[in-house]
Amino acid sequence: MLQVEDLKTYFHTRDGIVRAVDGVSFSLEKGQTIGIVGESGSGKSVTCYSLLGLIPMPPGKIEGGTAKLDGLDLLQASEKELRKVRGKRISMIFQDPMTSLNPYLRISTQLIEPLLIHEGLDKKAAMARAIESLEEVGIPDASLRIRSYPHEFSGGMRQRVMIAMALITKPEILIADEPTTALDVTVQKEVLDLIKDRQRTLGTAVIFITHDLAVVSNVCDHVHVMYAGKVVESAPTNRLFTHAEHPYTKALQRSIPALQKKGEPLYTIEGLPPDLTKPVAGCSFADRCDFAEASCRETAPVLKEAAAGHETACLRRQSGEIDLNS
Amino acid sequence: MLRIENLCTYFHAKGQTIKAVDGVSLEVSRGEILGLVGESGCGKSTLSRTVMQLIPPTSGKIFLEDRDLSGLTPKEVRDERLNFQMVFQDPYASLNPRMTVFSTLAEALKRRHPNFAGDELSIKVGELMEKVGLAPRFMKKYPHEFSGGQRQRIAIARALAPEPKLIIADEPVSALDVSIQSQILNLLTNLVKDLNLTMIFISHDLSVVHYIADKIAVMQRGKIVEKGTADEVMEQAQHDYTKTLLSAIPHVTR
Repeated sequence: MLQVEDLKTYFHTRDGIVRAVDGVSFSLEKGQTIGIVGESGSGKSVTCYSLLGLIPMPPGKIEGGTAKLDGLDLLQASEKELRKVRGKRISMIFQDPMTSLNPYLRISTQLIEPLLIHEGLDKKAAMARAIESLEEVGIPDASLRIRSYPHEFSGGMRQRVMIAMALITKPEILIADEPTTALDVTVQKEVLDLIKDRQRTLGTAVIFITHDLAVVSNVCDHVHVMYAGKVVESAPTNRLFTHAEHPYTKALQRSIPALQKKGEPLYTIEGLPPDLTKPVAGCSFADRCDFAEASCRETAPVLKEAAAGHETACLRRQSGEIDLNS
Repeated sequence: MLRIENLCTYFHAKGQTIKAVDGVSLEVSRGEILGLVGESGCGKSTLSRTVMQLIPPTSGKIFLEDRDLSGLTPKEVRDERLNFQMVFQDPYASLNPRMTVFSTLAEALKRRHPNFAGDELSIKVGELMEKVGLAPRFMKKYPHEFSGGQRQRIAIARALAPEPKLIIADEPVSALDVSIQSQILNLLTNLVKDLNLTMIFISHDLSVVHYIADKIAVMQRGKIVEKGTADEVMEQAQHDYTKTLLSAIPHVTR
């Protein structure tokens, strides 16, 4: 349904060209949930913002690639065409519901807006649909609460309102950018369950952007691991957690405190992610990698299949020199 | 050692009394980390602010090394404050952007040793930076020139500078990436051991707390509902609220 090929989004800043997204490809089928995992600055959010034309240009620029949504290339689409896609075919929820809801407007006004714009409903019909959608995300007394302002809701309830708003037009794709990072654990669980439940009912495909591997393992079918603007590993979720085929993924998993023995020092990835303004000749993880050799710094790796549906961009794994799962 | 006895902090608003901290008793020994767990609004930050003498307690007592902190005059509180320091969640917000690492740390060092100056001061700042894993050659840089993890290291160095006995770390790794989180957790564990500090580690993330803390206290609506060694609380939780928290943690499923 959605096919992204070789997406490149660069930012032209005073300090040089930041290669935030540098050749990312992935696809999304109807009803599927994929995860894009990575640390701050790995390009996971920029990837998704590029699809919806939400990158500020300048300084941002989409340098190449295609993103086909049933034949329509989102990267080439006019603003008018994109407006028909945003909020109708592809919706988005963000990390912080307080900053993505308008504090001056009642929930009702914000909820019915997409219906008025995209579906041409009259106000009364839109209002009825909006109340229904609030009930579906588990907001009690929806017909009363819909008159409230965002600040009258708790964090978890606001995120429910955001989900209701994003799904009100029954979009084909929902992009969830760290939707639970700002929430308490018990609320996080409720919100994740809600997203899964609504997805099942509506058949929406979901792109889950997060840095939390545990969350990914619970909700996603397939995971793309990003590092320094590139996808370094792509695998079905259970494979990624049992048979990681890239040293970066492996290192990330080893540094989760929950998986470590108490009293033993935590495994850490030494160093920092590379400066994206400086082009790297070889593998961008090489400087922090336990397995890197001189050759890793010379040849730029590309994703290659290591097993069915499982790709890795590690040169030494591809050549069979190392086995990460022995 | 830190001992809190029946501590209460109430706020009065709109004719209502909000019992943010409601009869809390805790003990943390030297060289020990107490993990304080609870959700937003449970009173864990008010508790830490009360212990830090930033908010006066409504009733109850706080003893640090057998000295009663709750009855001090403001002047005495200022002097005593050298002995307890805090590390906050957001190192972007808690460091002064206009001060170099050197001036931030020098200011904190001089609180305890007003006579430090010149070369001696530079050497001490350098030592402090090495202690938290920063290269002393970066001392003339400003906070924005560092990454999030490095900034948290500066904040930790600043907390260590006055040679405190107690450090309260309020969600010190929540804003950091997984790979950086583990670096900071290792640093904190080593510092507590090497410097024989007393630490309260506040977090909503039970898996992090389980890893780092010796003892865990679970807080709900101003009260401690469960406390015990880290393994006891994680493996044989007694209170329903602790069980709810534990069941909500997303586990890596394989």
